[in-house]
Amino acid sequence: MSRRASAALAVIALLAALLALLGYGVMSNQPDRAVDDALAAGERQPAPSLTLPTLRGDGSGSLSDYHGEVVVLNYWASWCEPCREESPLLQRWHRRIAPRGGTVLGIDTRDVTSDAEAFIREFGLTYPVLRDRDGRTQSKFGVVGYPETIVLDRRGRIAALRRGPVDEEFLRRTVPPLLEERS
Amino acid sequence: MSRLLATGLASAIIASLVVATAAWASCPKATLADIEDEVMCPVCGVPLGLAEAPQAERERAFIRGMIDRCRSKQEIKRALAAELGPSVLALPEDEGFNVAAYLVPALAILAASLGLALGLVTRQRERRRSGSDHPALGDTPPLDPADLARVDAELESRKR
Repeated sequence: MSRRASAALAVIALLAALLALLGYGVMSNQPDRAVDDALAAGERQPAPSLTLPTLRGDGSGSLSDYHGEVVVLNYWASWCEPCREESPLLQRWHRRIAPRGGTVLGIDTRDVTSDAEAFIREFGLTYPVLRDRDGRTQSKFGVVGYPETIVLDRRGRIAALRRGPVDEEFLRRTVPPLLEERS
Repeated sequence: MSRLLATGLASAIIASLVVATAAWASCPKATLADIEDEVMCPVCGVPLGLAEAPQAERERAFIRGMIDRCRSKQEIKRALAAELGPSVLALPEDEGFNVAAYLVPALAILAASLGLALGLVTRQRERRRSGSDHPALGDTPPLDPADLARVDAELESRKR
């Protein structure tokens, strides 16, 4: 093979590699919709494992700590305006479901700790809150915005999902039937 | 008595002014503008200086708070990384494994320059060896005998 042909081949290989890299970058930035698809098909997928430090930094918490409970997993941040609107509702529902084996579990993400603590004080939140400082767990649930809420049944499977703020109707439709189920 | 009191009061004021001036002088002069282009707004995916999102505003407030507490630029960047993760830094830290982010491009440029220089030197030597700027005859493939006969016939016909 002549030198020119070798050089052309090398340039083509380099361009192909760059295109492949670009394609990979575009594909890896696409939101994961596996959970949405499973729910649309009427399936409940097991929730991915999740262990994070508590907001106060005095330990860590895990989804497995709540096995046997209905978990309303809520991704939020103090700077997120819709999160402010839904927080009182989540707090009311936490009080309502806690005696029946349910809990709201907040995941504060991409937030300054002191801002998050002020938010919790302002809304009088009593449910547990974990801290995902750089949002690395949210891809497990395909979370792309804030707030997003994932409801897990007593067996730790994803039973419902709301991309955006929850409302009374969503919680009323999804949570009580799950509380009736056995683990 | 009142003169003594006035002297004491004046001394106290001067002393406190001296202490305040010394503290101000030792306070690192970090500015928001200086830090904004070296950190990211993680949610927006752009440098903080270009971001207008609510998260960016909270990040700026956090930085201002630290500037007010006399923190240096490096301290503020470290605190931001601790709060929001290392991806908040627009440029990786120049220590530990992150040094690779600076070393690899530098080494790549160096390797490319060396390769280019080597290629030029080799080419120059080949030219000198052949004694001409034209490609060596040996580089051209030999003509097929049939083609050679066709060219000869063509030349003969033109001569006539």
